[in-house]
Amino acid sequence: MKFTLLINEGPYQHQASDTAYQFAKAALAKGHEIYRVFFYNDGVNNATRLAIPPQDDRNITENWAALAKEHELDMVVCIAAAQRRGMLDADEAGRQGKDADNIHPAFRISGLGQLVEGGIQADRLLTFGD
Amino acid sequence: MSESIKKFMFVNTKAPYGTVYALESLEVVLISAAFDQSVSLVFCDDGIFQIANNQNTEASGMKNFSPAYKALGDYDINKIYVETESLEERGLTLDNIMALTYEDEDDDWAEKSSIIPVTRAELADLMDEQDVVISS
Repeated sequence: MKFTLLINEGPYQHQASDTAYQFAKAALAKGHEIYRVFFYNDGVNNATRLAIPPQDDRNITENWAALAKEHELDMVVCIAAAQRRGMLDADEAGRQGKDADNIHPAFRISGLGQLVEGGIQADRLLTFGD
Repeated sequence: MSESIKKFMFVNTKAPYGTVYALESLEVVLISAAFDQSVSLVFCDDGIFQIANNQNTEASGMKNFSPAYKALGDYDINKIYVETESLEERGLTLDNIMALTYEDEDDDWAEKSSIIPVTRAELADLMDEQDVVISS
């Protein structure tokens, strides 16, 4: 089965991203396809490359990045939600005249159309969040 | 993309200004209109307040985005389900809900209400018919 995952909550504060990650891992192990992982609302914060969780804790962003590398996952961060929350990649930082960027290279920034298209293309769209 | 038309339902369950969910859900809804899918909205639980009449956010410093719901009809989004139990539980009636309308191209562009009151049980059946349900 082909899945699109929607993650609406930020890392550590909420389990949504962890649950989605565990789901993605389990689904891929069973031979299912993850068409896209879309990060929205505070979920965009999962894409920060600057988080420093304690060493005995999981690193949510790096977990996603490793899974994406292994399975060539398409991980998309909503640009409007990201801008509101100060999440920028290098291109966007340049365009907006900001002096820093913080999006992990395993993620890409794009529009909400990618979520709707993910819903169209997948057999199931699963929401993780409140 | 037009090869597959899916039924999208956006379920709004939260009050409009306490969290950002309502505003950011509306942003997805407006984008979805560009994809020629079948789109409907649900307002239930405290989500009812998102389309309440006479919203005034001045004192709270929040942006009043409720006028944007009135544009939904222009985007061909004209199935707006309002759960009647949620209204009753909050002491509201349909008179407290914004008049959201659309122009029916199959009926000489007559202006019609987009608001469809449904019971909780009817809503469950409607959800069962959908391809994609996104709730917040």
